[in-house]
Amino acid sequence: MDFSKYGIRKEEFAAAEAALGREPNECELRILGVMWSEHCSYKSTKHLLKHFPTRGPKVVLGPGENAGIVDLGDGLGAAFKAESHNHPSAVAPYQGAATGVGGIIRDILALGARPVASMDGLFFGDPEHPRTGHLSAGIVKGVGDYGNAVGVPTVGGKTVYDPCYNENPLLNAFCIGLVELDKIVSSQTARPGQLVVLLGSKTGRDGIAGAAFASVELSEDAKESRPSIQIGDPFAEKMLIEACLELKEKNLIVSMQDMGAAGITSSSSEVAAKSGVGMKLHFDRVPLRAADMEPWEIALSESQERMLLIVAPEHMEEVSSVARKWELDCAVIGETEEGDDYSIFFHGEKVASLPATLIGDGCPPIHWPSEKPADFETRWDFDLDGLPAPGDWNAAMLSLLGNPSMTPKRWIFEQYDSMVQLNTVSGPGHPVSVLRIKGRESLIGLVFDADPWKCCLDPFRGGAETVARTVRALSVAGAEPLGLTDCLNFPSPEVPGQYWALEECIEGMAAACGALGCPVVSGNVSLYNETKSGAILPTPVVGTVGLIPSPEDFLPCGAWEEGDLLFLVGPCNPSLAGSLYIRSLGRPEAGRPLEFSGEAEKDFSERALRTARKKAAHSGRALAGGGLAAALAKDSAESGCGARIALGIPTRKDVVLFGEGGARALYSVPMSRVPLFKAIWSGYPCLELGRAGGDVLSVGGAFSLAVSRIQEIWRNN
Amino acid sequence: MKTAVVIFPGSNCDQDVIHAVRDTVGCEVNAVWHREEQLPEGTGLVILPGGFSYGDYLRSGAMAARSPIMGAVKEHAGQGGLVLGICNGFQILTESSLLPGVLLPNKTLSFICRPCFLSVENTDTPFTGLFEKGQVVQFPIAHGDGLFFLPADELNDLENRGGAVFRYVSPGGVGGDEWNPNGSVNSIAGIVNPQGNILGLMPHPERASEAILGGEDGRLFWRSVASFLEKGGRRHGLL
Repeated sequence: MDFSKYGIRKEEFAAAEAALGREPNECELRILGVMWSEHCSYKSTKHLLKHFPTRGPKVVLGPGENAGIVDLGDGLGAAFKAESHNHPSAVAPYQGAATGVGGIIRDILALGARPVASMDGLFFGDPEHPRTGHLSAGIVKGVGDYGNAVGVPTVGGKTVYDPCYNENPLLNAFCIGLVELDKIVSSQTARPGQLVVLLGSKTGRDGIAGAAFASVELSEDAKESRPSIQIGDPFAEKMLIEACLELKEKNLIVSMQDMGAAGITSSSSEVAAKSGVGMKLHFDRVPLRAADMEPWEIALSESQERMLLIVAPEHMEEVSSVARKWELDCAVIGETEEGDDYSIFFHGEKVASLPATLIGDGCPPIHWPSEKPADFETRWDFDLDGLPAPGDWNAAMLSLLGNPSMTPKRWIFEQYDSMVQLNTVSGPGHPVSVLRIKGRESLIGLVFDADPWKCCLDPFRGGAETVARTVRALSVAGAEPLGLTDCLNFPSPEVPGQYWALEECIEGMAAACGALGCPVVSGNVSLYNETKSGAILPTPVVGTVGLIPSPEDFLPCGAWEEGDLLFLVGPCNPSLAGSLYIRSLGRPEAGRPLEFSGEAEKDFSERALRTARKKAAHSGRALAGGGLAAALAKDSAESGCGARIALGIPTRKDVVLFGEGGARALYSVPMSRVPLFKAIWSGYPCLELGRAGGDVLSVGGAFSLAVSRIQEIWRNN
Repeated sequence: MKTAVVIFPGSNCDQDVIHAVRDTVGCEVNAVWHREEQLPEGTGLVILPGGFSYGDYLRSGAMAARSPIMGAVKEHAGQGGLVLGICNGFQILTESSLLPGVLLPNKTLSFICRPCFLSVENTDTPFTGLFEKGQVVQFPIAHGDGLFFLPADELNDLENRGGAVFRYVSPGGVGGDEWNPNGSVNSIAGIVNPQGNILGLMPHPERASEAILGGEDGRLFWRSVASFLEKGGRRHGLL
C-alpha cells in the first residue's frame, strides 16, 4: 500500500492499522491523509501549545472550540479567533484572502455569536519586487470585497513589508463576535438519535484537500495547486449568518460546527468525537454542484459557506423553513448514534468506517529535532560605534516616515467598510481599534500586532515583545486585557533551527502571557511558509482583546493640545536591534532585542490604566515600530500640532529616538494634570520631553519638520 | 413618523438605519422582508437601506429592484409617500426607475470608505427642511459603485429643478475633483425626484447620527423628515 501519496507517514499508517485491526481502504486513507495533515492535526505543535496559559478569571471558553470566549460582564461574551490563510493567498490572492475572511467569520458564528468586527494581518514582500503589487492588491481587494458584502466591518489590522514574504505572503484574519453567555452553541452537545444537517452552499470540487496543500512548502509551479483553492461567495455567507442566528434564537440547534479545512469530514467527525457519539453519513444526500464526485471528494471538499448542524428530529421541519427563507440549501445527510463509529455510505455501500476519535486525535505527534542555529549568538554582534549618527536628520526622518511598513496604509483600509454595524468608535489607522457595545457603557479595545524581525534575532524575546506590545497599546488606551488569540506563521518545522525558533517563540509568548495575566483563548498554526527562494521570518501574530469600562475611560492618541507637556515614560535604553530604522538603512538586521521584564511590563500596564481612568493625559501612545521618533511624528500629524523637544540625556540620540522595545509610551499632559500624572508615574522612568504647540515638530540636535510636511507624506499612503 | 425599513437578502445597513431613526426620533420602525407585498398600515417613510442586495451580482440593485415588495414601494411613492434610498438603496431606486440616472463604479475602480463633506443644496425637500441652504455636513461613504451619472440634457433638467440635493465639497464648502471621491457628475451625492418625495443618496446619514461614532450631522436629516411628516404627512401638490 503506497500510503505516502496520500501524505501519510509510515508511523501514521501503522497507527491507523493498529487502531482498525486492518488496512485502511483508499477512501479512509485519503480522509486520514487530510485530517492528519499538519494544518488539521497540529501534530508538530500540539505539545508546544500546551505551554500557553489558557485560563483566567475572564476566560469562558479556552482553546479547543471554534473560537475562544471572554467575559465582558453582565452575561455577555466576546468570541474571537485569528486564522491564517497563507498558502491560498500566495497562489490566488483574491480568493485566498476572501475565503480566509469568510472562514474566520464562520468560526465565530459556530458559537452562536454575531460577528461584529474583523481585523487583518497582511505580510507582503518588498514593494519593489515584481510580484508584490499583484499579490498585495489582490489580497486587499479579497479581504475588502468579502467583509464589505457580509456586513462585518474591518476595523483594524497590521501590515508589514519584508522581502522574506516575496513569494509567500501571509494573510491572517481575525474576527470577534458577541454572544449571550447562556446562549453559546457548542460542538460538544450532540446526542445519539439526532440528525446531521448540512446548511448552506452546495458541495463542489473546489478546495479539495486544501488542508493538505497548506501543510507542505509551496511548489514552484503554483498553478498546480489551483484545485486546492476555495471560491468565496459573501452573499451566501451573509444568508448563512442570518439563518444560523435565527436558528439559534429559536433554539433549533443542538450543536453546530463550521466547515473549513477538510470540509464535511472534519466538521462532522469533530462533533462526533467531542460529543462522544457515533455518526452515519449518506453522501448521496449531499447537494452537489459538480457531477460524478467521488465519496472522498465529497468528504474533503472545502466548498465555502457551509455549516454542519445537529438537529433534533422534531425540529427539522422548522429548520428547513428558516433555510428556505434565507434561500439556502439544507439537507439531512446523516444521523448520530451510540458508540464511536464514523461511517460513510454512498449508493448503499459503506465506503469508510473509522472511529471518530481516531480521525481527530489518533495522529501520532511529531517531535522534530530542535537545534539552536550555530550562528545564533553572532547575530547579536553589533557595533553601535560603527554606526554613524544620521548626517542629515531630516532626511533620515522622512525616509523612516515614508517606509511602507510605517505609513498609515490608507490605500488599504479605505477599501474596507470599517463602520457598518454602527459600533466603530476608533477605526483603522489607530494602534487600538475601539468598538462600543450598544446599550452598554463599556467599550471593546482590539489590537493586532507582530514583530517578525525581533523574533528572528531572538525568538524568545521577540515572542514576548509581540505579546507585550499588544498589552501596552491596550493599557495606554485604557483597556484592561481579557485574553488573546494568535496565528503562529512559521517555515518548515523539519529544519532543526527553524523548529527551535518556533519553540523559543512560543516560550517567549507564554512567558509574557503569564506575566501580564493575558491568557491565550484561541489561535492557529501555519507551518511550511517557505518556497525554493527562502523561508519567512518567524511571524507570530497576536490579536488581543480588552475592555474599557466607559467612554470616559478611553484615552485616544493623536490628541495633543497647544501647551500640553509631553512625557516619555519608560526606560531610555531601547535597542536598535530589528528596528525599523536599522532596516530602512539597509543594514543587516543585527543586535539583540531588549530582555523581557514581566515585572516592568505589569507595572507599566497598571500605571497606564490609571493614567487613562484618572484622565491624567489628553493623549497617549505606546511606542512600537519606529520608536519615539515615529510616535512623535504620528501624534503630531494627527493632532495637527507641533512640539519643541529637548532630549536632556546623554544616550545617543539615534538610539533614543529610533530604538524599539520595552514598556514605553508618549503622553501629552495638560498643565493642570501634570502633578497627578507625575504622581501616577512616580517610581517609573518618566522624562519630560518638551511642550506641544506651533506647526513644527523639532527635536533639539536632531530633526525639525513642519507638521504639514509629515501630514503630506501620509496623506495619500 | 411611522417608518418601514425594507430588508433584501444581502442588505447589511438595515439594522443600522433602524437604530439611527429610533435613537434620533424615537418613532415606530418596522422591518419589512422583501418578499412581503404590503407595507405596514400607516407607513409614512420607506427606507431602502445600504448593503449588497443579492450580493450585487448582475449589477448593484438590479435584482432587488424586482423584489415583490417593490410593487408596494412604488404604490406608496405614487401616492406621495416618502421613500429614501441610502447607498445600495439609491442604486435600487435608479434600477427601479423611481429616480433618474445610474450609479457606476467609482473612478478609482475600488471600494471607498471614508468620511465625506457634503453641501446641502436644496432645503425645500421633506428630507432637508431643517438644514441651512449651503450647510456643510459630514456623512461617511462606503461603496464601490457610487459614481452618479446622467446624460448632459437630463443632468441639466435635474440641476435646473434643484434635484441635486447633496454635493461632495471641501470642509469649507468648496467644490472640486479633489473632494469628489467617486467621480460623480457635478459632484452629486444625492438627488430627489421632481415631486420631492423620493430621495437617493450614496453617503450614510445613519453613520453620522451619534457623537460617539464621530458625528451627529445625520440627526438633522432624520429630524427633518420627522418634522415634515408631523406637519402634514404628504408632499403638497400631490395629495
